[in-house]
Amino acid sequence: MRERFLTGYNDFVLPFVCGMLFVLTYCIVGMIRIIMQLPAQDRKRFFISLVTPKTMLKNIKDIFLKCLIHVDLWKRNKLLGYMHSSIAFGWFMLILVGHIEVLLYTSNLGAKALYYPIFFRYFVAETESTMKGSLIFFLMDFFLLVVLSGIVLAIIKRVRSRFFGMRRTTNPSFLDLVGLYSLWAIFPLRLLAESFTADISGGSFLTKSLNYVFTEFLSNHANMLPAWWAYSCALGIFFCVLPFTRYMHIPTEILLIPLRNAGIRIVNARKGLAKAQVYACPSCGLCIDACPMGVMKSNIKDTTVYLNRQIRRNNEARIEEISDKCLLCAKCTAVCPVGVEGDKLRIAQRSMRKYNFGPDYSNIDASVLSEQYNKFVINNNNDVTTADNQKVLYFTGCMTALTPAIRKATESIMAKAGVDYEIMDRDGGICCGRPMLMAGRFDQAKQMVEKNTEIIMNSGADTLLLSCPICYKIFMEHYRLPGIRIIHHTQFMDELISSGRLKVRKDNIKYVFHDPCELGRGCGIYEQPRNVLSAAGMLVEAAKNRKESICCGGSLGSLTLSFEKRKAMTENAISNLTAASPDRIVTACPLCMNTFGRYADRPVEDIAQVVDRYSDSGRKTSGKHADKTN
Amino acid sequence: MDFGFKISPSSAVNLDNVNVEKFEQLHSVEPDVYKCMACGSCSSTCPANRFSGMSMRKVILALQRGKEKEAISMMRNCMLCGKCSMVCPRGINTRHLILSISRIYKEDGK
Repeated sequence: MRERFLTGYNDFVLPFVCGMLFVLTYCIVGMIRIIMQLPAQDRKRFFISLVTPKTMLKNIKDIFLKCLIHVDLWKRNKLLGYMHSSIAFGWFMLILVGHIEVLLYTSNLGAKALYYPIFFRYFVAETESTMKGSLIFFLMDFFLLVVLSGIVLAIIKRVRSRFFGMRRTTNPSFLDLVGLYSLWAIFPLRLLAESFTADISGGSFLTKSLNYVFTEFLSNHANMLPAWWAYSCALGIFFCVLPFTRYMHIPTEILLIPLRNAGIRIVNARKGLAKAQVYACPSCGLCIDACPMGVMKSNIKDTTVYLNRQIRRNNEARIEEISDKCLLCAKCTAVCPVGVEGDKLRIAQRSMRKYNFGPDYSNIDASVLSEQYNKFVINNNNDVTTADNQKVLYFTGCMTALTPAIRKATESIMAKAGVDYEIMDRDGGICCGRPMLMAGRFDQAKQMVEKNTEIIMNSGADTLLLSCPICYKIFMEHYRLPGIRIIHHTQFMDELISSGRLKVRKDNIKYVFHDPCELGRGCGIYEQPRNVLSAAGMLVEAAKNRKESICCGGSLGSLTLSFEKRKAMTENAISNLTAASPDRIVTACPLCMNTFGRYADRPVEDIAQVVDRYSDSGRKTSGKHADKTN
Repeated sequence: MDFGFKISPSSAVNLDNVNVEKFEQLHSVEPDVYKCMACGSCSSTCPANRFSGMSMRKVILALQRGKEKEAISMMRNCMLCGKCSMVCPRGINTRHLILSISRIYKEDGK
C-alpha cells in the first residue's frame, strides 16, 4: 500500500479521535476508582487473581465467550445471541483486522496510530502488495457484513421484540437513544465511506461491488469527504455519549468479569463491585420478563434494570422503593447475561437505611437454651442404636413452626429410618437470621447467627437438619459450624431412600415440584427433591422450573409488598406449576406451602408429607424408635 | 399504716395528654396500623415473646397510648422473622411496620 497524502492527516479524523480519547480517559479513571473503592483485602485478592495463571485463563476465556460471543444469550434465544455476537464480535474483528492491516502495510506510524486503523482506506492507495485484497480486504468486508446483519436484527428487535423471545424490553432513556442511533449509523456509514475509496485503496465483495454498481455517484471523489466526515462524527458521538448510556456495559463488563472471578462480594451498596455491576448492566431487559412481580404492570419499573438506572442517577427515593419492594427471589440474577446480582444489590441498598434503634439479643442466654437441647451430650454419645451413629439436630425454624405438619412428617420419617434426633427449637428458638439479613440489618443478623452457633456447637450433634430453605441458605453461607454437616430435609430423605434405610412405595399420583427460590437458585439443590418424588409417584415438570422457577409470592424478601398485591404473583406461579396438570403440588419450603395453600385449586404439600405417607422403615429393628415419637 | 396490700394506681391513660405526633407520622407511612383488631395472632406466634415479651398487638396499642418506652423495650428482641405477617388475619405487613417504627421512634422517647 502506498500513502496518498504526505501528512497522513485530514480534519475529519478529529471527532473520532476526541471521542475515543474521552472515552478511554473516562474508562481508565473509572476503573481505577472502582478498584480503589474495594476493601483493601479484596483489592489484594483481585491483584493476586490477575497474576494467578488459572484465574487469568478463566478471565480471558470468560471475556471472550461472554463479551464477544455472548454465549448466555445464545443459550436463551439463537436470534438474540446472533444479534449481539454479530455486532460485538464483528466489530472486534474489524478493529483487530484493521490494526493488522495497518501494521502490515505502513511504517512510521507515530500519532497516526490513533486513527489509521479506523480510516486506513482513506489515506492509502492500493498497490500490488495486497494480493488484490483477497485475504485482508475480504475479511474486513466480511466482518462488516456480519455487523450490518446484526444491526438489521437490532432494528427489527426495536420494533418487534417478540421475535427474539422477549415479551417486554426496557424503555430507553434519551441518551440511550442517542447512543443507539449513532451506533446503528456507524456501520452503514463505514460501508458508504469505504465504497467511495474502493477504486483507490481497494476493497472486497461489498465495497468494491458497491463502487462498481453506483459508479456515477461513488466514483465522484467530490462526494468522498462528507461520507468520511459522517462516519467519523457517528463514531465521535457514540464515544462521547457512551459513558452516560447503557453502552457503558461494554467496557465495564471487561472489569466485572475479573472482579467476579477473583471471588469478590458486594460490600458497599454504591462502591466497588456494586458500582461495577450497576455500570455493567446493558439494559437488555431480560430481567423484566423474569421478574415474578411483572404480572402486575405497575411493578415493571421496579425490576433490576431500572434499579441500576436509578442508582446511576442517584435517585434515592426510587432506589429505596425499588429495593424494598423486591421479593429477592434472585431470578433476575439467574437470567442476567452479564451477572448483575439484583438480589444482593438490593440487600446492600437496604443496609444503608438509618434506624433510630435496633434489636439487640445480648439478653438472650444461649447456654440456658443449649441445656434444653443437649440430649446427645447427656447420653454421652453412647446411643448406638442408630445405623451409622448419626446424631441429628433438627432446627425447624420459624416457618416450619407455623406449619407443624412438616415437622411431624419429618419426625415420623426419622423415626421410621431409625435416626437419632433432637429438635432444637421445639419450644421456639432464635430465628436463623436470614429474614433480618434480607432486611439489610447485618449486625442484628450476625448476633442471631452467633447465638445459634453457640447452641448448635453445645448440642453434641454431628448433623444439622433443616426443613426450611430460608434457614438452609444462611446456615450454608454465614454459619461456621466445624464438624457439623448442614443438610436440608430433601437431601436427607434422598440419602435415606438411596441407602435403603427408608422404603418408599410408588403410587401413580402425579406430582409437580416447585423449586423454592432459596433452595434452587439459592443453594443449587434441584436433583434431590426430584429423586425423592420420583420414588413416591410420577413427577411432572412445571412450565418454568429449576433455575427459572417462579417465586410463590410469599417471600420474606419483600419489605413493602402488601398481602393483596402478592395474590396475582401467587396465582401466576400456580398456573405455571399446573401446566402439566399434576394431582398435587409439592414443595420443600414451609413458606411456599403456606402461600400456595391459600390460593391453589389442588392440594399443596411439603415433600416430607409425601414421603411420610408412602414410606416404611427399611430397618427390621425399628420398633424401638417408632415408639419413641408416638 | 401497712395493711400488707395497696390499692394499685390507676392504669387509665389520658389520651389528651399523649403526644400523638409520632403516631400520626407512623400512620401516614403505614396506614395499615389502624387495621389491627388486636386479635393477638402475632403475639401467640412470636418467637421473641419469650425473650422480651414482644407482642405486635401490644406494641401497636402502646404506641397509640403514648407508651413508647414500653413498646420499644418489647421490640428489643424482634427477629423480623415474619411469622406475624403470615398469621395476621388483617393482612398487615408487620415487618415493614416494625422497620418504620424503628425509623420514626427513638429509644430515649424524644
